[in-house]
Amino acid sequence: MDTTRRGFLVAAGAAGHEASGATGHGQGHDHDHDHDHDHQVVPSDLTLRVKALESLLVDKGLVDRAALDALIDTYEHKVGPRNGARVVARAWVDADYKKRLLADATSAIAEFGFSGRQGEHMVAVENTPQVHNLVVCTLCSCYPWPVLGLPPIWYKSAPYRSRAVIDPRGVLREFGVDVPEEVEVRVWDSTAELRYLVLPERPAASEKLSEAELAVLVTRDAMVGVAKVTLPQQGSRP
Amino acid sequence: MNGVHDMGGMQGMGPIQYEKNEPVFHAPWEGRTLALNLAMVAWRKWNIDASRHQIELIPAADYLWMSYYEKWYARLVELLAKTGLVTRTELESGKVAPSSPKATPALTADGVPRMLANGTLASREIAEGPRFQLGQQVRARNIHPAGHTRLPRYARGKLGTIDRHQGAFVFPDTNAHFLGEKPQHVYSVRFAARELWGEQASPRDAVYIDMWDDYLEPA
Repeated sequence: MDTTRRGFLVAAGAAGHEASGATGHGQGHDHDHDHDHDHQVVPSDLTLRVKALESLLVDKGLVDRAALDALIDTYEHKVGPRNGARVVARAWVDADYKKRLLADATSAIAEFGFSGRQGEHMVAVENTPQVHNLVVCTLCSCYPWPVLGLPPIWYKSAPYRSRAVIDPRGVLREFGVDVPEEVEVRVWDSTAELRYLVLPERPAASEKLSEAELAVLVTRDAMVGVAKVTLPQQGSRP
Repeated sequence: MNGVHDMGGMQGMGPIQYEKNEPVFHAPWEGRTLALNLAMVAWRKWNIDASRHQIELIPAADYLWMSYYEKWYARLVELLAKTGLVTRTELESGKVAPSSPKATPALTADGVPRMLANGTLASREIAEGPRFQLGQQVRARNIHPAGHTRLPRYARGKLGTIDRHQGAFVFPDTNAHFLGEKPQHVYSVRFAARELWGEQASPRDAVYIDMWDDYLEPA
């Protein structure tokens, strides 16, 4: 089986050029150039190749374009870290909810209507003055989609995946989080179908904030464990 | 397999590159690629373990070089061909073979919310209770399967403690190769950072790894 990059790109790429009537490159060069992709170079003609594959699958009756649109719309607009932030804020203001969340995160999160794909089996881990939790997937890119949406590039990248387990404190320092020596760092490697959500520490002097105001402060990074939640005036990660 | 995907503990991968205000997709083709992968899952021709393994089969140099969704694209093309949903000739020509009957999509737009909200449960009810008790010391087996496994290399042969019973789950090592679900208990196992990495690690820190029964032996 030819799974080399060149092999499959030649195979599916031939289809791309043929099906889309492209006579050369140049199309699809309008993306990606302002980003640094972790030393990875994306061939510009992936635009054409994916388009060709989609056309082929639609022509064969295997996929429905409207379903693709609905899937993309879901992860671009409906599911993201705002979901997780609501869960965290609720846990901060409601001790019973927090107890349920730590005992059975899947059910507690489902109380908000967040469930399903890549969040079927949820575990919440609590940061305290004694313990700091950090989530990684060293083997691929496992991430709790229903509460955090799709993972950012850094989470899926080799630098994070390789180092989070061997040098979590160094990784955290890179994110601007200095964990004192006396605090235990727990790294959760998502090797099975359990998906982890970090329950960050509630920021000091936030007693007057409502649940909704607290939710605004909770970031994706804090729920992965690479940031702390801070009040706006304390400044946040640059 | 001892592939480059199993990168926990490797060094020299460079600094973490953080993108502020990162968009969900960096180009439309990334979203289309994600959606094509999810839509084709509805045909149930493969499972999540087979799907993960297909990405692991990308040769190491390519794996490190390719972007995330480029790997997803590669994975989909191979799975389509392997399962016969699409022939290699069709993939190469971009044209439907004249003999190919027109199918009806397994996933339609109105089915998307339900498909995502339900997800796919990997847990299973099994008769046997867990082999290991909470607090029990265990050793991760020193095995090197050539196929798919979720036992990371950095933990093999290391001593840990059973921290939590996660329930019984489909076993990826067989399921990825369509050799059956072989459901068994999964445990969250606590490994002291010093057990894994020696004196350079903090004496307080630990890595928790979810491990299937077959990955463990009594210590």
